[in-house]
Amino acid sequence: MSGLSDLRGGAPVSEPHPNMPITSSEAPPPNAGGRRTKDGSSDPMNLTGHRLPRWAPWAIGAGAIALGLLVQVTGVTVIGLAPGFVAAFAFLIVQTVASWTVEGRRHATDRLATTLVYTTFVLALVPLLWILITVTVKGLSVFSPEFFTSTMRNVNPRAEGGGIAHAFLGTLQQVGIAALIAVPIGVLAAVYLVEFGKGRFAYWISFFVDVMTGIPSIVAGLFIYTALILTGVLEQSGLAAGLALAILMLPVIVRATEEMLRIVPNELREGALALGVPKWKVILRIVIPTAISGIITGIMLAVARVAGETAPLLLVTFLAQDMNPNPVSGSQASLPTFVWDQISRGTPASVDRAWGGALALILFVLVMYAGARIIAKLYAPKAR
Amino acid sequence: MSKQIDLVDLDIYYGDFLAVEGVNLTVKANSVMSFIGPSGCGKSTVLRSINRMHEVIPGAHVKGEVNLDGENVYGPNVDPVLVRRTIGMVFQRPNPFPTMSIADNVIAGLKLEKDKKRKEPMDEIIEKSLRGANLWEEVKDRLKRPGASLSGGQQQRLCIARAIAVEPQVLLMDEPCSALDPISTLAIEDLIRKLKDRYTIIIVTHNMQQAGRVSDDTAFFNLSGIGKPGKLIEAGPTAQIFSNPEQRQTEDYIAGRFG
Repeated sequence: MSGLSDLRGGAPVSEPHPNMPITSSEAPPPNAGGRRTKDGSSDPMNLTGHRLPRWAPWAIGAGAIALGLLVQVTGVTVIGLAPGFVAAFAFLIVQTVASWTVEGRRHATDRLATTLVYTTFVLALVPLLWILITVTVKGLSVFSPEFFTSTMRNVNPRAEGGGIAHAFLGTLQQVGIAALIAVPIGVLAAVYLVEFGKGRFAYWISFFVDVMTGIPSIVAGLFIYTALILTGVLEQSGLAAGLALAILMLPVIVRATEEMLRIVPNELREGALALGVPKWKVILRIVIPTAISGIITGIMLAVARVAGETAPLLLVTFLAQDMNPNPVSGSQASLPTFVWDQISRGTPASVDRAWGGALALILFVLVMYAGARIIAKLYAPKAR
Repeated sequence: MSKQIDLVDLDIYYGDFLAVEGVNLTVKANSVMSFIGPSGCGKSTVLRSINRMHEVIPGAHVKGEVNLDGENVYGPNVDPVLVRRTIGMVFQRPNPFPTMSIADNVIAGLKLEKDKKRKEPMDEIIEKSLRGANLWEEVKDRLKRPGASLSGGQQQRLCIARAIAVEPQVLLMDEPCSALDPISTLAIEDLIRKLKDRYTIIIVTHNMQQAGRVSDDTAFFNLSGIGKPGKLIEAGPTAQIFSNPEQRQTEDYIAGRFG
């Protein structure tokens, strides 16, 4: 071998691996209809197996649903299971048995696993759709121009009328204040952790961000209440609410941004550094723009998370029935506390208003999220 | 304008770990030198220590000197950012900036760090650099398209254009063709021969034929043993290293008897 390699222009010559499979000379002729098995005997093997017909799962499914309906109609309770569960179990068992007998174990396992995956997916969707549909149906009934433009001022809380204008303004201001505080701190903390942080200091920052993620929202409210309101620094106000929400937003933003910065390939940083670009400009002009769409999405998720917070707001700004455009002074309403207030009044009119407020809150978050997706799309790195 | 590089007693560390030991090497101005050797022997580490890219890795540092026309790039008060402007680098995997167009990629180094002495309009720099990288004809009609829309070989030439747009004096190439097909490789090798007139070039390669085709001089690196630091075994004119090396292990490596 050593002599040969010289003749080949110095390229390293590799010997065929001992375990290398059949070489071309030994390969069976095409269309021989046979295939080598593990022990090497050329056992002719059929490539087509027995399969259940395509309509089989549908037929079994229809049968299972029929069985479930039968249980429903006859009123027989099968070991206390609801008709839906009866149908699902019947489908699982019949399909698995049928598949096992006709197709064999591998296909049966495949179908069982596929069914379980789809079922859990549907199960996960059920509460989401249920909530959306219920809130939409009940909330739409009170939607009117008046509902969005008026406040609860001089409205009998037990009677009809009034609106969410004051609550919507409060939510906008409080979430806005929270974002103004939490976004710069959070993004910069993440930049520190990814681009500079090493050693003990970074470890402890990272650790406390994890701890903050687990802070119950009421505790954030209590903290602002005892640290700033009881000491007289602030009164119960929209600003206090914004501060409490900022505490809740911060860890979400740090984690999301950190994750996005970490997936920016190191080659891009090195490529820019090798051009003689200082590190801060590499971060500002290369790393962050590359990750910006993910960072925006993370920020929006954090906004969505705190927009629905109720408990801390009850502590630090409480309720208000009137428009209070000044976030520094006096209680401010917000959409979640509006919902809480209205539902606790307990009359049909107030409960309807609560549903309206809930729908408005969902729409607010959805619009913010859609806007963020559009912005993210505009800034995302383009491949073609 | 290109400069001579002298490595003097260069030891390179990752933290406490001595990765490469005692390198003494001269790369003549306007020449192409290739670094060859088995994986893990420190070729890329030596290359990255020349423009202080090595320091990007936490804990990495060097002892000894890297002299650029007699000026030590590790001397006191030397700004690594300025070193990297003078000594450009092309990486193994093409890495165009994904947020920028082809044109913006070329002038990224200039736009991000303004060079006040450069008076030419950006359009001229873009065209000159892309011509220099043999890419102009292929992309002149789509300069506004994203850099990532190019093929791998074109992306690598875009990275070369980006590196030469800042007008360095030395160009370091870390296996620039290892991710490319033979035709793109040929385009880059032609380019290297062309760039030699204006730059001093060092190229790390695993492809011995490539070293033979493009380089004037060759340096062979090897590990002195498992877990021991890498070393420069010998360096000299490429023809001599390939046909009549002084060291037995160089001959063995080139002949394919190990590695």
